[in-house]
Amino acid sequence: MRDPRSTLVDVTQTPDIFAFGLDAALVRFDTTMSDKANRAALAFAAYLRDSHTPFHEVSSTLASVTVRFDPLKTPFEEVEALLREALISRDWGASALPSDRKLWRVPTVYGDDFGPQLTEAADLAGLSITNAIDALSTTRVRVLTIGFAPGLPYLGSLPPEWDIPRQTTLTPRVPAGALVVAIRQFVLFANASPTGWRWIAQTAVPLFDPARSPASLFSPGDEVEFFALPASRFDEVSTAPNGGATWEAAE
Amino acid sequence: MTTLTIHRAGPAMTVQDLGREGYLSIGLPRGGAADRKALCESAALLGQSPDHAVIEMAGMGGVFSVSQPTLISLTGAPMRATVDDRVLTWNASHLLLPDNRLTIGPALSGVYGYIGFGGGIATAPVMGSRSTHLTCGIGALIENGTALPLGPDRNADRVGMILPTDNRFEGGTIRYINGPQTGLFDEATRARFTQTEFTRDPAANRQGVKLNAAGSGFATADQLNILSDAIQPGDIQMTGDGVPFVLLPECQTVGGYPRIGTVIPQDIPKVAQTAAGAKIQFTCITREEALSSYQSPAGLTRDLAALCKPLIRDPAQMADLLSYQLISGMITGWDA
Repeated sequence: MRDPRSTLVDVTQTPDIFAFGLDAALVRFDTTMSDKANRAALAFAAYLRDSHTPFHEVSSTLASVTVRFDPLKTPFEEVEALLREALISRDWGASALPSDRKLWRVPTVYGDDFGPQLTEAADLAGLSITNAIDALSTTRVRVLTIGFAPGLPYLGSLPPEWDIPRQTTLTPRVPAGALVVAIRQFVLFANASPTGWRWIAQTAVPLFDPARSPASLFSPGDEVEFFALPASRFDEVSTAPNGGATWEAAE
Repeated sequence: MTTLTIHRAGPAMTVQDLGREGYLSIGLPRGGAADRKALCESAALLGQSPDHAVIEMAGMGGVFSVSQPTLISLTGAPMRATVDDRVLTWNASHLLLPDNRLTIGPALSGVYGYIGFGGGIATAPVMGSRSTHLTCGIGALIENGTALPLGPDRNADRVGMILPTDNRFEGGTIRYINGPQTGLFDEATRARFTQTEFTRDPAANRQGVKLNAAGSGFATADQLNILSDAIQPGDIQMTGDGVPFVLLPECQTVGGYPRIGTVIPQDIPKVAQTAAGAKIQFTCITREEALSSYQSPAGLTRDLAALCKPLIRDPAQMADLLSYQLISGMITGWDA
């Protein structure tokens, strides 16, 4: 049944809204990762941040948006109604992404000691090392969300051949700046960490610094290219501001 | 400026306040005191707002002194506190003088003890909070010899108050509400969850506490293929083998394990304060029930302030006081 208020969207297809603890609500665009659900989450979060709402914080994950409010001032029913109205006002999965996004170019050394599992990952993707580096270093990926650790981005989506599984065992430690791959996504580590994803390349970007403003180098929705850098130049970018990463306004 | 010196520090002593809000989108959780109620109790005893930063002591205290007469509060997990061999009442405020050494021992029950200061700890805020958050690289553990600045105390005549203690240090029943992933658990699993008595595992930190129980775990049908989603303090998360963890203020912002519900904010201090080996049982309540007893930190502090009573004046301390020529009418907070 169509909601009479909506001329754009079939409300039976609109996302679920949940109470999330006493002081938050969660809007779930999908239960699986898709580009459409991520676009919807990013666009919807940006819209709520720019609107007059009772929410004191809005954040997005891969496919959901969380809003926080004061439950002593705003009943959940009011929050739900407000979110429902915003959800049916347009097709969020087809919406333009926020306009203030950056396109980052990050110098990245692929393979060998800088990415010991590149060969393994390329094999799983059915590509030669050269073709794998070509593909990974020229694909423009989006910061799908930031989480797990402060400033740590999940980036995607890579071409379909990169839908490679996680490892069955954990790699005990990859260094800060390590670029790892699985399930058509990159994760770029802010700190040394164990991981179940394959370590394919190394960057020198300082992802999180509480003394810097903004503390996180990337914001959700930013786009990133991990362009290939010869190993001989890694020391040079290590000492450069932002690990040699530069940005311009994303289109 | 008054300086607080920590001559000896237990192994997990940090500066904490109510935490930093507004950074979930860059993966930085709120953090802050494990037991927010203890901050409100401290604020009520000291006659100030609960935004003031305190010392959090996990399991073990230390030895402290101040450079100027300073009101202090002792709240959270009861610990043995002495000044020059005199035992100080817990859940109370006291006047600490510059030649006093305050010694605080291990927790007698519970986990996290707190020392508050009139004027609060005045370290430089980072991203809007003074809370140390070690895993995020903010602040550092307090070590032997650390000196910290204290803010100006505007209520220096308010000494020797005491609050009735509540018992949130021995485990017991924890209330939770359903959340976005409750429906992933079948009804039988949910029923069994509330009928199970859990024991707090020794594995616990400011990110969360692990709970053990006899019998099988509390898994969902497709446990390992759930899309990572927002998580928050209070969430009861089932790890790969169905063992529950209750998440605390330093939990990550995103998680992939399913959550059966969220412990209500009023009961998170009780979870944090349940010592290893103590028993916990869960009860699921409605959102309306949860809201009926929910208060903001400021609201809770106001209500607690109305419950503060003066500690009995101890004539043995008069000599100390007179020698410092404090504000007239001040009473001491020491009791024998």
